[in-house]
Amino acid sequence: MLYRAHVLVCNGTNCSLKASPEIQKEFSRLLPEYGLDKEVKVVETGCFGLCEYGPTVVVFPDGTFYSGVKVSDVREIVSEHLYKGRVVKRLLYQVPPAAKPVQVYPEVDYFRHQVRVVLRNCGFIDPESIEEYIARGGYQALGKALTAMTPAQVVEEIKASGLRGRGGAGFPTGLKWQFAARADGSGPKYVVCNADEGEPGTFKDRLILEGDPHAVLEGMALAGYAVGAHQGYVYIRGEYVLSIERLERAIAQAREMGLLGKNILGSGFDFDVEIRLGAGAYVCGEETALFESLEGGRGEPRIKPPYPTDAGLFGRPTVINNVETLANVPVIIERGASWFRTLGTQKTPGTKVFTLTGDIVNAGLIEVPMGITLREIIYNIGGGIPNGRQFKLAQTGGTSGGVIPPELLDVPMDYDSLAAHGSALGSGALLIIDDSHCIVDVAKSFSFFFLHESCGKCTPCREGTLQLHRIMERISRGEATRTDLENMKALAQAMYVAPLCPLGQTAPLPLMSTFRWFESEYLAHVVGKTCPAGVCPVDGTAARAAAGCAAREV
Amino acid sequence: MGKASLEVTRGAAACGCAARTAAGNAREASPQDMARVREIISRLRDRTAPLLPILQAIQKEMGWISEEAMVEVAEALGMHPSQVYGVTTFYTLFATGPKGKHVIRVCASAPCHVPGAGAVLEALKKALGVEVGETTPDGKFTLELTSCIGVCGVAPAIMIDDQVYGNLKPADIGAILARY
Amino acid sequence: MDLVNVTIDGQKLSVPKGFTILEAARLAGIDIPTLCHHPDQEVKAVCRVCVVEVEGSRTLQAACAYPVAEGMVVRTNTPLVRQTRRMVVELMLARHPADCPSCTRNLHCELQTLAERLGIREVRFGREEKGLPLDDSNPAIVRDPNRCILCRRCVEACHKVQGVGILYPVHRGADAIVAPAFEKPLAELPCVYCGQCINACPVGAIYEVDHTERVWKAIHDPSKHVLVQTAPATRVSLGEEMGLGVGAIVTGKMVAALRRLGFDRVFDTNFTADLTIMEEGHELIHRLTHGGVLPMLTSCSPGWIKFLEHYYPEFIPNVSTCKSPQQMFGAVAKTYYAEKMGWKPEDVYVVSIMPCTAKKFEAQRPEMDDSGVQDVDAVLTVRELGRMIREAGLDVTALPEEDYDDPLGRSTGAAAIFGATGGVMEAALRTAYEVVTGKPLPKLDFEEVRGLQGIKEATVAMDGTQVKVAVAHSLGHARRLLEAVKSGQAQYHFIEIMCCPGGCIGGGGQPVPTTNEARQRRIDAIYQVDRNLPLRKSHENPAIQELYREFLGQPLGEKSHHLLHTHYTARPRYRKA
Repeated sequence: MLYRAHVLVCNGTNCSLKASPEIQKEFSRLLPEYGLDKEVKVVETGCFGLCEYGPTVVVFPDGTFYSGVKVSDVREIVSEHLYKGRVVKRLLYQVPPAAKPVQVYPEVDYFRHQVRVVLRNCGFIDPESIEEYIARGGYQALGKALTAMTPAQVVEEIKASGLRGRGGAGFPTGLKWQFAARADGSGPKYVVCNADEGEPGTFKDRLILEGDPHAVLEGMALAGYAVGAHQGYVYIRGEYVLSIERLERAIAQAREMGLLGKNILGSGFDFDVEIRLGAGAYVCGEETALFESLEGGRGEPRIKPPYPTDAGLFGRPTVINNVETLANVPVIIERGASWFRTLGTQKTPGTKVFTLTGDIVNAGLIEVPMGITLREIIYNIGGGIPNGRQFKLAQTGGTSGGVIPPELLDVPMDYDSLAAHGSALGSGALLIIDDSHCIVDVAKSFSFFFLHESCGKCTPCREGTLQLHRIMERISRGEATRTDLENMKALAQAMYVAPLCPLGQTAPLPLMSTFRWFESEYLAHVVGKTCPAGVCPVDGTAARAAAGCAAREV
Repeated sequence: MGKASLEVTRGAAACGCAARTAAGNAREASPQDMARVREIISRLRDRTAPLLPILQAIQKEMGWISEEAMVEVAEALGMHPSQVYGVTTFYTLFATGPKGKHVIRVCASAPCHVPGAGAVLEALKKALGVEVGETTPDGKFTLELTSCIGVCGVAPAIMIDDQVYGNLKPADIGAILARY
Repeated sequence: MDLVNVTIDGQKLSVPKGFTILEAARLAGIDIPTLCHHPDQEVKAVCRVCVVEVEGSRTLQAACAYPVAEGMVVRTNTPLVRQTRRMVVELMLARHPADCPSCTRNLHCELQTLAERLGIREVRFGREEKGLPLDDSNPAIVRDPNRCILCRRCVEACHKVQGVGILYPVHRGADAIVAPAFEKPLAELPCVYCGQCINACPVGAIYEVDHTERVWKAIHDPSKHVLVQTAPATRVSLGEEMGLGVGAIVTGKMVAALRRLGFDRVFDTNFTADLTIMEEGHELIHRLTHGGVLPMLTSCSPGWIKFLEHYYPEFIPNVSTCKSPQQMFGAVAKTYYAEKMGWKPEDVYVVSIMPCTAKKFEAQRPEMDDSGVQDVDAVLTVRELGRMIREAGLDVTALPEEDYDDPLGRSTGAAAIFGATGGVMEAALRTAYEVVTGKPLPKLDFEEVRGLQGIKEATVAMDGTQVKVAVAHSLGHARRLLEAVKSGQAQYHFIEIMCCPGGCIGGGGQPVPTTNEARQRRIDAIYQVDRNLPLRKSHENPAIQELYREFLGQPLGEKSHHLLHTHYTARPRYRKA
C-alpha cells in the first residue's frame, strides 16, 4: 500500500524514556479520527541521534523535524500538519540559544555535518521490519558475496577498504579475517559480535542494534562466509533490554526468510547466530575475557598469544568484531572498497560514530568522517557549550581514553593522531566538560571506575587500580603530598606496561592525561590545599562537594 | 559525584554489588524455589556453555542465586560448586543473597558524574535512608552503584530493575520512588 | 628439534621452538624472577613479576608465558624492567601483612625471597590489610586469606591435581580473593585436608594446624610417657628441613634428633606398616577366596579415605577395614606396649611425624580410640619437626646415626616403600604371594607399580589365579580409576590409592617446595632404603611375629579386629535443598 506521508517516531532508549511509545500510540489513535489512517503510516524507528531533544518526530516526505514532542502535542501535529498541511512551528527543532527554528531534517546543523554510513538506516526504517531493511538495500551485499564472490574475495575487499576495528583498538579488520580464514580449519570457526559496550559515555552499539539490527547480522554472515565459520554469537550487555529484543526479532525474521540458517539464499552456505548476554562486567569487552564469559567462566582475560584468530572461542579460530565494525561491512561489500576509501583519512578510511555527552548543547549520537576535528564536532554539530560556560576538556575514547584540552581542539579525530597526543579514539565516546568542574573530582571518577571494573586476575591491575584510587582520594581530600604525585607517576609507568590485558594498561592513561594538561590544578589541591572549582572536600570540609556536581542544575 | 560515594573505606570497591557478607546464608532456598531452579536447569542445560544462561535465568526469576541453587547447577553441569560461586560473584548483575524487592543502580561513571549523579545519589540515600550497598528496612529497595549503563544521552541516569530513568535531578527522585 | 635464534640481553642463542622466554633465558644463564610460576603447573602469568622487554612490543611481556620466535630480541635487565618488577612486588606487599618474623613461612617464603632479591627497601603505598577472617575451623589446615597473593597455584592443585575443587577465585578486582566454595570454613565443606594447597602456596596463606606446642608440653610433662613414630616417607624428606639435599636418607639422624628433643621412645610407623601388610594382605586373600567385595581398596591414606567418604561412599564396602599404620601404631602402643611396660594408656602420649596434614584429622576421628583413649595424641608434619629441631638447636650434620627402640622400631623394606606410590601394593604382593603360594617370591621388585605415572596396572599370577592390580596417586587419578571401575570399563582385584601425587613422599606435610622433581628424588631414596634393609617382606619382621605370638594371636583375629580395623562413614558433600 502506498502512503502519502510517513511519521517517524524515535523509539530509541533515550527517547522512549521520554514517553515516545505513548506518542506513537497517540498518533495511531488520532489518525483514524481524521480519516488519515489509510494515508499516513506511523513508523517506530531507532535513534535519530539527537537524544538531548527527544522525543523526536520526523514527517516525510517533507522531512519536517519536530523535537521535544509531548503526547499533548500530537493532536496539533495531526490536525495542523498532516490534515491541513501547516507545519507546527512551535515544535520545530531549535538550536539553543539561536532562535531560528529549523524545519527540514537535513538542514539541522546536527545532521548537515554528518555522513551516515553506519547509521544509514537508523531513524529511517522500522528496525523491527526486515522488509524495510531489504527495501533500503539490505542483504544485497550478502547476496552479492554468496553468488558472485569467493570468500577470499570478500576478505580482499575488506582489506582493500582499510576498515579498522571500531571497538577501540583500530586493528585492520581485513587482516583479522585473513588470519582466521587461513587458520586451522579442521574444526569449527566462529564469528563473535562484541556488543558488550561498557565504555562510559558510549552507547553507539546499543543504538545501532536498536535502530538497524539486520545490518549487524548481515555483517556477521559476511564475516562467516569470508572465514569459513557457520556459527556466530552476539555477546551483548544484559542491561541492553531493547537491543536484545530487536536483535532476537531480527534473527527470527532472517531465519524465516532464509537469510540465516542452512543453505542461505540457496548458496549452500550455512550460518546462524545466537545471542548471549553479559552479566555485568566491563572487562568482558576485552575479547579473550568475552570468550571466557561466553564459555561460562569468570570473565578474565587470557594470555596472548595465542590470538583469537588462532584459538579464540572454545579454543577455535574466531573473528571477533565490534558492532559498528560489522555494520560497516555490508556497505563496503555493496559499494566497494574504493568508495569507502573516499571517506575519512588515508590511514583510517570511513566514518566514525561518536556519542557526544556531558556539557554540550546537542548530546547524542553522530556519525562523521574520520579526521574531523573536535572543534567541528563540538561547535558545528554539538551546538557548543551550554550555560555560557567555557570548554575545559573533552575526554575521548571513554574512561579509557585521554583528555583533550582547549589547545588540541584542532587535532584530527582518528586513531593515530589522537594516540600521538596521548589520547585515544577508542570507542568513540566524547565527554565534554566545562570549566565549572574540578579536574581532580572528574579524574577520581575515572579511578573509581577502574577499581570497580578490574577483574583482579593480575597483580598490577588489581592492586594498581586500588592504589591509584587511594591517591586520588587523598588528593581530593587535600591530604596528598608531592610524594603521592611521584608515586602515582611511577605506578602509572608500571601499569602501562605490566598488566595482563588492556584494561589495566589503560587504567592510568586518563589520570596521567588529566595530570599532564591540568597539573596546576592538581598542585592547587596538593600544595595549596584548595580546590579551584570549589568541588573537592579539601581541608576536610565537604563544602560544595555534593553540591559541586549539582551546581549545573541551577 | 559527591564525596561520600567514591570514598572507599576498605579493600572493597564499595559499590555494594560485591559486598562480602554471608548474605548467601541468610536465607535458604525453599523446596518450591528449588523446583523452579531445576526447571530452569532442565530447560537450558543442553545449550552450548549453559552456565551463564542458567544463572541469568535464576537471577531473573528468583531475584538472587542461593547456595542450594548453585550446588544444584554445579551438579547438573558436572562442575564444582566453588566454580559456580566464583563465576556468580564475578558479575555485578548476580546476587548471592536476597536483595530488596527493587534494586536501584546509580551510574557512577564519568558521563553521569559530570552532570550531577552525585547529587542524585545523595537524594536517593536521603529518601531511602540507606547507604550504598544497603537495603531499606522494609526490604523494598537496595541501593547500588554501577558502571556506565550506556544511556549517557540522558545522563545522569539510574536503573531500577530493568527500567532506566534519565535526565535526573534530585527533585525527580520522590516521584520515581513513588511508582514502586 | 626445531630451533629458533633469539637474542637475550645481547647474547645470541638457538633455543628450541616452543620455549618460553623464561626457559630460553635459563639456557643463557639468566634466572628471571617469578612468583606465580610453578614448574609442575600450567602457565598463569598473573603475578607479572617475570616481565621483560621484547623488541617491537609496546608493553612488557611475561617471560613465563611468552613464546620465543625467530629473531626475537629480549631484554631482561633494563631500568623499565627493574622498576616495573619492583613496583609489582611493592603493590603485593602493600596489602600483605608485614609480620614476616612470625609467619610460618618465614625464610621459606617466595614473596619474601623475591622482595629481598629485587632489593625492595620500602613500600611506597600505605599498608592496607584485607581484614579477612582466619579459617582455623578444622583440625588439619589453617587458611589466612590476608596473606594470599592470588597466584592461584593452590587452585590448580585443588582442581586439576586433586579434583576436589574446594578453592576458587571469587569476587573481582581489589575484592578478589581465593576462597573455599561459598566462602565457608573448610570444616563445612568436603575438603579432604590433603594439604596440596600448602605445598603449592608460595607464601604463608595456608599452613598446618600447629601441634608443636602440645608436643613440647607433653615432652616436658614428667607424668607422660611420650612415644614418637616416624612415617615411612619422613626419612627421605626431613633432610630438606635441615639444609641437606633433596632425597637425602636421614633415618638414623632423625632418630638421634628425636631422642635429643626428649621423646621417651623413638619408634617407627614402619613397624605398623608391616603390621598393616599382615592384616591387609590376609584381608585380600580372604576376600579373594571367600567371595568378598572386590576390588579391595587400600586404606592407609587419610585424605583418600575422607575423599571416599564424601565423594564415593558407594565404594565403602570395597575399602580394606585396616586402620592406617599411624592409627595401628597408636592402638598397639597404648595397649600391647603399655601393658608390657606396665603403663596406663592415659599416661602414654603418642606423637606421629607425618608427611601429611590429613593425618591430623585422622588422629582425632572419634572412632580412633580403641585403646580406651585417643590412640594418637599429636601429629607433626615434617615441617613442624624441622622447626622443633631448629628451635632446639640440633645440628643434624653433627648428630650420630642411631637406631630405633625395640620392639616397635623394627621394620622391613616392605614398610619403607609405603612412602611412595605403589609401595603398599608392592609390599602387599610380596607377602600375599608367599602366603598364598607358600613359595618364595622369584623377584621382589614389582617395577610396574612404581613411578610417577598417574595410574599403573599389573597382573600377578598366584597359584594359577591372575590377580589384577592397579595403583593410583593423587585424587584426580583416583577419580578416573574409580570411574573406570564403576562403569565396568576396568576390573581389578586390588587397588592402591594414595591421596597425594607421588604418594606420601609428595604429601601435604612435606618440606616446601615439593615439586615433581623432589618427588622423584625422594622416591629414589625410598627404594634405596628398601634395598639396604636385610629384611624386605613384612611377614619376616621378627617383631611383628612376636606381636602376633604374644598379643594379637593371628591376622584378622579377634584382637586385631578390635584394635587394628575400623569402619567408614558416608559424609555429606554440599548443602542441598
